Amino acid sequence: MLKIADKTFESRLFTGTGKFSSAALMEEALLASGSELVTVALRRINVNDAQDDMLLHLKHPHIHLLPNTSGVRTAKEAVFAAQLAREALETNWLKLEIHPDPKYLLPDPIETLKAAEELAKLGFVILPYIHADPVLCKRMEEAGVAAVMPLGSPIGSNKGLKTIDFLEIIIEQSNVPVIVDAGIGSPSDAAKAMEIGADAVLVNTAIAVAGDPVAMAEAFKMGVIAGRMAFEARLGNQENFAVASSPLTAFLDEL
Amino acid sequence: MSFKDKFEAYDWEEVKVSIYSKTAQDVLNALLAQKRTLEDFKALISPAASHFLEPMAQLSRKLTQKRFGKTLQMYIPLYLSNECTNICTYCGFSLDNKVRRKTLSREEILREVNVIKSLGYDHVLLVTGEANQTVHTTYFKEVIELIRPYFSQISMEVQPLETAEYEELIALGLYSVLIYQETYHKEDYKKHHPKGKKSNFDYRLETPDRLGQAGILKMGLGVLIGLEDWRTDSFFTAAHLQYLERTYWQTRYSLSFPRLRPFSGGLEPKVEMTDRELVQLICAYRIMNEEVEISLSTRESEQFRDHCIQLGVTSISAGSKTNPGGYAVEPESLEQFEISDERSPAQIAAMIRERGYEPVWKDWDAVFKP
Repeated sequence: MLKIADKTFESRLFTGTGKFSSAALMEEALLASGSELVTVALRRINVNDAQDDMLLHLKHPHIHLLPNTSGVRTAKEAVFAAQLAREALETNWLKLEIHPDPKYLLPDPIETLKAAEELAKLGFVILPYIHADPVLCKRMEEAGVAAVMPLGSPIGSNKGLKTIDFLEIIIEQSNVPVIVDAGIGSPSDAAKAMEIGADAVLVNTAIAVAGDPVAMAEAFKMGVIAGRMAFEARLGNQENFAVASSPLTAFLDEL
Repeated sequence: MSFKDKFEAYDWEEVKVSIYSKTAQDVLNALLAQKRTLEDFKALISPAASHFLEPMAQLSRKLTQKRFGKTLQMYIPLYLSNECTNICTYCGFSLDNKVRRKTLSREEILREVNVIKSLGYDHVLLVTGEANQTVHTTYFKEVIELIRPYFSQISMEVQPLETAEYEELIALGLYSVLIYQETYHKEDYKKHHPKGKKSNFDYRLETPDRLGQAGILKMGLGVLIGLEDWRTDSFFTAAHLQYLERTYWQTRYSLSFPRLRPFSGGLEPKVEMTDRELVQLICAYRIMNEEVEISLSTRESEQFRDHCIQLGVTSISAGSKTNPGGYAVEPESLEQFEISDERSPAQIAAMIRERGYEPVWKDWDAVFKP
């Protein structure tokens, strides 16, 4: 079981809601994924409409909503959006994302840290989307975030764990759950992230744009389970030298 | 430094010859490249690339779905005024076109808004001619303040303004500005705009720089297809886009490719662009730039739009009226141009769903600009 702030999760696969061809297909895929934490972009929903199509399709007892601030470019805008989300969706959980760069959507570390410090004081459970920067993750931890969400590669790129060396350092050093977010392109990427000790992964594009999003969601579900099992079972050590069956130095024992 | 400096380093005829001399091998190289340059773009829009339309379309669709998923943004224009002090040879609002002029009042705007909202829209594009005595920044400020409660995204397609004016409007909630160069052919530009402020080519060319400096969230670029050689004009659009992306890196960009349409007192296009060529251009832009938004208006035919939504287009209008008051106040007044796809927004949304895409009515929130 994974615990973040006051919630526990059986599934370590978190999912996004963008890019699906319909809200119904999104719902079907999310149910197949088994995900219990689903992020939803504030800019895509109408918070004043109880009949908002996307929100209606996310109404399941096991699904917790994680509103995100995608679209904001500064800490000030993020704080404003977070307050709106808390009021409208009745949750103090927030995926904090500030990416002023519309091309690669890379997170702004300075504004994100500023926003995290401010939002922690306001009582939010903050999950910040950040670059795979080990020092920044420690600074986020000090700011009071509930987890960190370093990227595997640029968002939506499906390029996998390009930042793996830094993810390993982050996982080694972190006192809060580490959720690998962005760039995970296949169930094997997700499994790899879990094998190196990530607490969870967040996947959107790889499921939403798959030929069969529902089947892909299930494949990710299994990939995450397999990766976590492998981590818990403790993978055998990799060796940088051969362990020969007839050691060259065995003769020393006979002397 | 503005795009004008870069633009002046080019020679129109040299660029044109360079595009038309690209070979099939150049096109293949462009298709296989990891990172594409403006030379690759020239190859993709060249006549040589017309034999690669299907692989271009396949790649364009793949790149579009990776970035945008299977979604299409919905938007609708709200024409506020047809008053204009410019003469443009291709436009129904041209000063020398003897039609009744109208600028909507606050009450009339709200009547129009009422109809637009009933169609399901949450994104609106405000359109005017250029008449600085009546349709000026003060008027735009009043309109934005008036309609902001009804829309989560407000865009504008009006005359070029000064940086400080854009800053004022952005502060009030303006999200994006569309500013089309019409043509990058400086001499022909002057022929098509003989009178009025719009005849200043350089002022228009530097408008995206002023928008970028003002911190606009999104800007739309494009040329009017039909005025000049579309391949050369499109190269300059791509060069302009590349410069802007690198300079104003926090701004999003969109492109559109209006083809000259019939209108009252209209000009015959100098250059015809076939449907195949428009598909080639859409795919070329997408292959060159995975992030740019591409929009298709109701100028295009039903059948063409139905197929284009899976080729690279990311936003689409429906139910558009191109005359001030067209939705409720004066449905029969003069249009800026004739629309080609007359289906209702609900019909278009149904078509989008039938093709496996989701129509998106809201993709922004005004709360992001407190």
